[in-house]
Amino acid sequence: MALISKKDAALIKDPFLDNNPITIQVLGICSALAITAELKASIVMSVSVLFVLGLGNVVISLMRNIIPSKIRIIVQLIVVATLVIIVDLVLKAFAYELSKTLSVFVGLIITNCIIMGRFEAFALGNGPWRSFLDGIGNAVGYAVILIAVGFFRELLGSGTLLGFKVLGDPIEKTGLYAIGYENNGFMLLSPMALIVVGIIIWIQRTKNTSLIEEN
Amino acid sequence: MSKKTDSNGYTMIFAVVMVLVVGSLLAFMASSLKPNIKENQRIEKQQNILYAMGVNENDESSATFVSTSVAGEEFKKYIKKQLVIEGDQITESEDAYLIDIKKQQANAKNGKTRKLPLFVGEKDGKTFYVAPIYGKGLWDAIWGYVSMDENMVVQGAYFDHKGETPGLGANIKQRYFMDDFNGEHLLTESGDFKGITVAKGNNDPKNDDKTDYEVDAIAGATITGDGVSAMIKSDLSLYVPYFKSLKP
Repeated sequence: MALISKKDAALIKDPFLDNNPITIQVLGICSALAITAELKASIVMSVSVLFVLGLGNVVISLMRNIIPSKIRIIVQLIVVATLVIIVDLVLKAFAYELSKTLSVFVGLIITNCIIMGRFEAFALGNGPWRSFLDGIGNAVGYAVILIAVGFFRELLGSGTLLGFKVLGDPIEKTGLYAIGYENNGFMLLSPMALIVVGIIIWIQRTKNTSLIEEN
Repeated sequence: MSKKTDSNGYTMIFAVVMVLVVGSLLAFMASSLKPNIKENQRIEKQQNILYAMGVNENDESSATFVSTSVAGEEFKKYIKKQLVIEGDQITESEDAYLIDIKKQQANAKNGKTRKLPLFVGEKDGKTFYVAPIYGKGLWDAIWGYVSMDENMVVQGAYFDHKGETPGLGANIKQRYFMDDFNGEHLLTESGDFKGITVAKGNNDPKNDDKTDYEVDAIAGATITGDGVSAMIKSDLSLYVPYFKSLKP
């Protein structure tokens, strides 16, 4: 591939598995807990983070030589907050329906540690194109985990996927419910998200033992 | 990092310039987009009120408003009267739907008379009385519109929220929750106001019993549900005198 060199391709590929922002870097856990009770919310959040992280990384990367190191965290925070607020305002003015869906995610995006983490760890030291790839790679790695957690929590907690009753109707007792299956209301509460993430981390480290730290 | 960017002078200048640039950019964006945003919010209120009285484009499970392009027309067509109840005085006003409920609640707290908007709509020969409600959920404001018949039996409800948890409290604007309110009674047989409680374990998951003053709660959204019960109780009870005055 001429467009993406091998070294750059790793920027996209690594965060997907062996350097996953949630399971390995343990960033962005807060939003993974908060909004994964439903698959739809997980997807919306993933797409928003993809957008903000890709764009934010480029902006920070372009500014990397003029940002004073003493106040760089504050500058990063201002950049991401400004980006998100501008997008929110534009959506409210021109795509009101969409903005209603996204409004609750605005605060979660600004305070998402993945975004600050990638600005600090990558964009401050690399060029815009590489930073963009890094942003996309990490956002996709984040999305995979979020969607996996959202899938299991919605399926086991509500018996639905994207709102469709895939296991039957719990009130009318059809489908699986007819033979005595019950939804696990626990799955809807935040602690279960942490446990699901824990199980994913467990499986991942069993498959790839090089990820296990000694002691 | 070059040395230049490490000096205190540079840091100060950078901070000042950054704040000025970002501040004026945001202020410019906010004020230039304000008319559009206000217009969108105005149309949304009309859509909400129409939704509560059953003028909507719902299919089997989604909650869909009438489209924004026709909302104004439909509002004029279906809403026959917009009343403002202020103590004993009842006046008609074309802009009653723009009354800010939050401000009116604050007025009431400060000892001033609260303006209560009420929208009288007609559809298929039936009269609907739609009242706005406003309260707080877990994280932020929640609000809604409830349409009632002349006996204060709920005919339809629409709820919305500013920042409830997606997948949990945010589900108060889902059909399966809002539709449960249809047919529920707000008044006891003797005519006292009782309200509707969002209740856990009320042994009526299909919501067949319409006079138990309860609807089924959403799992994992206790505080948002309590907020809904509270705003129904506090805001709709204020309309009882008006409904009593309807009866001879």
